[in-house]
Amino acid sequence: MATVAESERTLYPYVTGSSVVALKYKDGILMAADMGGSYGSTLRYKSIERLKPVGKHTLLGASGEISDFQEILRYLDELILYDNMWDDGNSLGPKEVHSYLTRVMYNRRNKFNPLWNSLVLGGVKNGQKYLGMVNMIGINFEDNHVATGLGNHLARPILRDEWNENLTFEEGVKLLEKCMRVLLYRDRSAVNKIQISKITEEDCTVFPPFSLKTYWDFSAFKNPTAGAPGSW
Amino acid sequence: MEAVKQGSAAIGLRSKTHVVLACVNKSNSELSSHQKKISKVDDHIGVAIAGLTADGRVLSRYMRSECINYSYCFESVLPVGRLIVQLTDKAQVCTQRSWKRPYGVGLLVAGLDESGAHLYYNCPSGNYFEYQAFAIGSRSQAARTYLERRFVSFTGSSREDLIKDALIATRETLQGEKLRSSVCTVAVVGVGEPFHILDQETIQKLIDDFEIVREEKSPPAEPQPGAAPGQGSSADQGAGADQGGVASMDI
Repeated sequence: MATVAESERTLYPYVTGSSVVALKYKDGILMAADMGGSYGSTLRYKSIERLKPVGKHTLLGASGEISDFQEILRYLDELILYDNMWDDGNSLGPKEVHSYLTRVMYNRRNKFNPLWNSLVLGGVKNGQKYLGMVNMIGINFEDNHVATGLGNHLARPILRDEWNENLTFEEGVKLLEKCMRVLLYRDRSAVNKIQISKITEEDCTVFPPFSLKTYWDFSAFKNPTAGAPGSW
Repeated sequence: MEAVKQGSAAIGLRSKTHVVLACVNKSNSELSSHQKKISKVDDHIGVAIAGLTADGRVLSRYMRSECINYSYCFESVLPVGRLIVQLTDKAQVCTQRSWKRPYGVGLLVAGLDESGAHLYYNCPSGNYFEYQAFAIGSRSQAARTYLERRFVSFTGSSREDLIKDALIATRETLQGEKLRSSVCTVAVVGVGEPFHILDQETIQKLIDDFEIVREEKSPPAEPQPGAAPGQGSSADQGAGADQGGVASMDI
């Protein structure tokens, strides 16, 4: 019996998404992620939407195991459904959804069967902007800009320098594109098909995917064997 | 339902930003302490009961448990309407199973959530209604009559006026018996103010304020002990400023 149970725990992730980067701007939250799903080191799937709206007030972005992300979406779907069924003028805001997800993630971790994701949750409710992160071991926090995975190391320093309270939509997008470009150059599991989405008090939009322009004409790339020529 | 009518009175009223609960203390004898009729359920919800207090205690515990579970999961306050529905569903079950008996207690639930201030009345039958102001328990009809006359003004009332109205409504149920702070309990919840029960001193001061007004309307028989000197003299239902100075209810 123990062996059957063992095979049902999550031990390693299989199809994974790379980083998500998000920031608060003047009217709400902006989030960006690429559309790649890697199967180990193979870039297997290139049209995975990793940014999804949840209810009226929240936007969820996920990196990590894609199947676990889909499971989370099912949990949230049920949560929002029951919330709507009350039909009483109250609704779950981003803070509540974040707290709920933290409980779920931490609970699963304690059972040694984690949902292998790092989630970014953003939203606006009653004029209050909210941006937070939860990861697979249940660590959660709130901040003005967040990122998952390699984004923490590559994108957040850029955001720390260049983020301010009053970014316009265009400035926010430019900043996110800058972060995603660095990730594209340096993260081997990134694909050049980026989706950006925004959420404001009024509505949530997930924009169609686009590609970033990259530059490879560095002189050092022109003659790659200049430093160590020939065979030995 | 009969049990509710025989319990001692409980009164609730709400404005746009505050809800006040007041009830008459009943004790078995001179020697015993009085029954606890108002309970805090969470920082934003409180309940006053009338009827079988044991049943009331069990339901209060259930309500507290629900609020805490919701707070733990969602880190925000449980909307009052949802708590009420959960409570009444629980009560309804007892009316449909032959081996159970209904909860013999009427609950006046006062609460505040993002959709505003709420006052609900829960019946043992499993019905619930939302009220601007209501009174339950024995001799509550007098209070209800008073509230019916004045409820239109409650939405815009200040906190102090609302508490005063609650005390006056309580006095109506006493049918002639003197209103003293030892006889009643008052609790408030409002925007920026968590649910709490007011202490006896504060209540006595408020009672003295409007008792003076009443005394002056009829020829004063004797000087009131502990009367607020002159400050309450021109105070009427409308003047909030004076009351604010005398009753410093910062808890």
